Amino acid sequence: MEILQQIARELERGEDGKVGELTRLAVADGLSAKQILDDGLIAGMNVVGEKFRVHEIFLPDVLLAARAMYSGMDVIKPLMLEEDVPAIGKAVIGTVQGDLHDIGKNLVGIMLKGAGFEVIDLGNDVAPEAFIAAARENDAQVIGMSALLTTTMPVMRKVVSMLREAGLNGKIKTIVGGAPLSADFAAEIGADAYAYDGVNAVDRVKELVAGSHD
Amino acid sequence: MNRSFLDRIVAGEILVADGAMGTQLMERGLPAGACPEEWNLSRPRDLEEIARLYLEAGAQVIQTNTFGGSPLKLAKYDLDSRCEEINRAAVAAVRAAVGKDAFVSGSCGPTGCTLKPYGDTEPAAVADGFARQSGALIEAGVDVICVETMTDLVEATLAVKAAKAISRDLPVMATMTFDRTPRGFFTIMGVDIPSAVAGLAAAGADLVGSNCGNGSGNMVLIARELRAGTDLPLVIQANAGLPELQGDRVVYGESPEFMAEKARQLVASGVSVVGGCCGTTPAHIAALRQALQPARQ
Repeated sequence: MEILQQIARELERGEDGKVGELTRLAVADGLSAKQILDDGLIAGMNVVGEKFRVHEIFLPDVLLAARAMYSGMDVIKPLMLEEDVPAIGKAVIGTVQGDLHDIGKNLVGIMLKGAGFEVIDLGNDVAPEAFIAAARENDAQVIGMSALLTTTMPVMRKVVSMLREAGLNGKIKTIVGGAPLSADFAAEIGADAYAYDGVNAVDRVKELVAGSHD
Repeated sequence: MNRSFLDRIVAGEILVADGAMGTQLMERGLPAGACPEEWNLSRPRDLEEIARLYLEAGAQVIQTNTFGGSPLKLAKYDLDSRCEEINRAAVAAVRAAVGKDAFVSGSCGPTGCTLKPYGDTEPAAVADGFARQSGALIEAGVDVICVETMTDLVEATLAVKAAKAISRDLPVMATMTFDRTPRGFFTIMGVDIPSAVAGLAAAGADLVGSNCGNGSGNMVLIARELRAGTDLPLVIQANAGLPELQGDRVVYGESPEFMAEKARQLVASGVSVVGGCCGTTPAHIAALRQALQPARQ
């Protein structure tokens, strides 16, 4: 589909206006929301994620691409409701207490939404209790926590241990990420997963959700 | 100080700057997530004490606790209306401790906002914020302004220009934070060293350099690249390595001796002002001073 490739290409360039326009054309052409998402918007975002990972592009380009992705998703949102595409899972996300850095968390949020998750974004400076309360209220399968400051990483350990004390470990899965984190840290605090970027976060959260159906 | 900051540097003198502020505040009980600059109002004695410790360690340039003192950053704690007061109090605390025995450097860190077009913040708002902050710092009597830990060149140049618009003669140091990638050094916003040097110099910075980052080993490489790109004096303030968690405690790996050895290499690479950033302590600064000026005092 020529137009889907065009959507992906313009998204990579961060052209939000063109992505919105092309997405409207694709809808008018009768393409399904799922096709537009998977082969247009997400395909483009995957390329952006990969280029970012190898330092070919930097944060400003990713932010522009994310904005373009939003403008495409806004167009297909009504269509998704119409097609009755069910959310593939629910995730509560936020930057942990004491930390105001939310760029990475926002990128993970948009990637999860693009992948079909319902995302409850609690913003930044989120208290451990708030993560757990929101996950319970919304029946979310996953809590995603982000930190940029090393000093705030212990909050993640607290959330994991509070879930365990409440007997919710295994029912509500945890995933952590952020520049100072590592898979080792995630394992040490007992988090269920670690993701090194937004694209990776989608894969990991999908695994967590699949696991929680067992 | 009989001669001005810039005169001494231009004359070839090497100056030792202080170490971390945040690390010291946390040791004195600043909780994660609290506004560090609020202590300028509520706990000025602690700030005086920190400045005194760095002075005694041998620092000749001592920073104010105003890294997050721009109204845009203070707004995240509902303290933006007290911007001037907070910045003035920070200068007063350092001055009370050091008198004329050290230069007082007014720290201006990032606003924490992402600028248009890739973010939502108008560059004019950032410029206005830095004008308020550096206006208060300069009015309160800083000897130099230090724009630091910048990753966005537009934001960095707005901060430099704001200070220079208030006082053309007051020296401005401007430092950015670079990460090492397989393609070379870049800030997270994608600014490489040649672009940083050119942009900061054009904005009017009197010294350019780098701070924070991944430790002092990388800083030697960064300093060489900076030197290749400009004749301006250089300033380097490295972290004591990357922070690591041991249990719930944050530790930094580089010892005072290690950083002192790297400081010698920095000076050999043409750096004029050497200090520390996150994780460095008065012990690190004492080691730097000893390594760089063993004959003095």
